[in-house]
Amino acid sequence: MRRLWRWLIPLAVLPVLALLAYGFRVDPRDIPSPLIGRPAPAFGLATFEGTPLSLAAHRGKVVVLNFWASWCQPACYEEAPILERNWREYRDRGVVVVGVDIQDRREAAEKFVREFGLTFPNAQDLTGAVSVDYGVYGVPETFFLDRQGRTRFKHVGAVTDAVFRANVDRLLAEPGSP
Amino acid sequence: MSRLGLRLLTSLFFLSAAVSPVTAQPAAPVSEETVHEVAAQLRCVVCQNLSVADSPSEMASQMRAIIRDRLAAGERPAEVRQYFVDRYGEWILLSPPRRGFNLLVWLVPLVAVGVGLVTVAVLVRRWTRHLRDHRPTRVDVDPAMSERIRREVEGE
Repeated sequence: MRRLWRWLIPLAVLPVLALLAYGFRVDPRDIPSPLIGRPAPAFGLATFEGTPLSLAAHRGKVVVLNFWASWCQPACYEEAPILERNWREYRDRGVVVVGVDIQDRREAAEKFVREFGLTFPNAQDLTGAVSVDYGVYGVPETFFLDRQGRTRFKHVGAVTDAVFRANVDRLLAEPGSP
Repeated sequence: MSRLGLRLLTSLFFLSAAVSPVTAQPAAPVSEETVHEVAAQLRCVVCQNLSVADSPSEMASQMRAIIRDRLAAGERPAEVRQYFVDRYGEWILLSPPRRGFNLLVWLVPLVAVGVGLVTVAVLVRRWTRHLRDHRPTRVDVDPAMSERIRREVEGE
């Protein structure tokens, strides 16, 4: 009995250590989105130039929906040229990049768009309604929507060429009826 | 289609427009208490361990506005809460719902307290039994010796 107790106390520490080992390895910011596989929430915004921007207008295309902000240093600054480059490369293949600027000032956001010479549609989400609809908790976050208008992948952090291509190529390869 | 049918259809259309949360106008003033009650249950997504009710961030204030709008559109607090859970997952709730795997969070502390109480009870019993079994027994000292000890102690 006494010998058992001597072992039991150090053994009781093991589950706690296991829990801590698990907890410290998991990124608390990496939260699975419940939207994956579900129809992407519709929205209607206006671009900085004033033209209407809605998801419905791009039905049948693969949509890369990027949430950004001009104060988001450095991740948004890293991915902006990558998004622009890939948008130019893929735009003729049924892919559209849509930028949504959140929690930002208009002048600062317009300067950002000008600085990077962004030519894909960009709009400001003034009320936060679109970002909350998509369960956005930080910038940058990027959603990849398939041709049926479902949210398929979510990427947290700056988009790289590899991430863009892997996700978009996969969605383009799917037999999609617009 | 008859005129009555058409009229019915139009009124139905307007009714559904009024019910839909996007187009509805604030029907009744929403009390800030209800907004606070819902906001206090939600995690501010850009903060560390702050509720939407307590955070001064822009994101939290936008979320409070969304809560207010949805309540004003006639949604019940539980429905507004569910709207956020559908977007962010259960992660958005500051206290996890009491079911499934989450039950562990609620039960483990109770079990730990129970185990602690039992352990203390067992130890206390063991110690008192130890004392009982080893109560100092009277040592027989002969009267002369006892008298000598008394004298020496009092003589000091």
